[in-house]
Amino acid sequence: MRAWLYLLAAAVAGAVITTPAVLVYVLGGGTVDDALFASLATLMLVSALAVVSMRDIIRCGLAMIVCFLALAGIYVVAGAPLVAAAQVIVYIGAISVLILFAIMLTQSKAGPSSLVFQTQAVPAAVAAVVLAVLIGLGVTATDWHEVGERVRLATSELANVLFDRYVLPFEIVSVLLLAAVIGGVFIAKREEEPD
Amino acid sequence: MANSLDAYLILAGALFAIGTFGFLARRNAISMLMSIELMLNAVNLAIVAFGSFIPDLKADGSVIALMVMAVAAAEATVGLAIVIAIYRNRKTPLVDEYDAMRR
Repeated sequence: MRAWLYLLAAAVAGAVITTPAVLVYVLGGGTVDDALFASLATLMLVSALAVVSMRDIIRCGLAMIVCFLALAGIYVVAGAPLVAAAQVIVYIGAISVLILFAIMLTQSKAGPSSLVFQTQAVPAAVAAVVLAVLIGLGVTATDWHEVGERVRLATSELANVLFDRYVLPFEIVSVLLLAAVIGGVFIAKREEEPD
Repeated sequence: MANSLDAYLILAGALFAIGTFGFLARRNAISMLMSIELMLNAVNLAIVAFGSFIPDLKADGSVIALMVMAVAAAEATVGLAIVIAIYRNRKTPLVDEYDAMRR
């Protein structure tokens, strides 16, 4: 009985994700890139909504992995494949695992899992919708003067810029990461019991 | 659709708004950190979109996006360490019970 429910849920999820692609590609006459973009954008928004609204926080973390994966696909469509690879390595490989570990360390079974939202959840939802509408209006009303065609960035070109003009920020970021790792270990370390 | 800057920016705005809602509405500290990650990713998407559509920013957009990722990793490390340290003292992950400085 349970297995049928899971199969049904998987079928519904697949339909939700493929429908925009089919709509754009077949009915809208878009290109393959358009179909991919529509499908990945739908997957990303749905899983982001799941991250902020599901009750079980482990499932929130898993939905976050799906969201990051869809975002990596959007980076590929946008023409930045190295950023997509870094997204998979850094976010899915490192940050998601870190967050899942922290979830497992901090969730006590006695905790009230039903009380997920603060009391200000409804005003927060209104504020978020207003923010989204404002950003959308601002984006569509602005005339981006220098917009050209979408270009695919070659990795060698990116490497030339990164290790030539941006080499000092690159080194500073590496020092920042080292400091953050040491600080994280120091903060999370269990303090010794005073004798 | 995939060839217009507006589509990417509106998508980034929607993701940022979802992250804002999660940050304001969730009670669990780790949920709030996850919402912050969503907002950082939305900004990253906007940066990458600008980089790939504006010829002058061609490589700079990707470089800045990579830097943002590194800073986000540092933020996640320190933030989760703080959450774990607080959890060890207060035995709860819910932020509205962290009221030691209000009483």
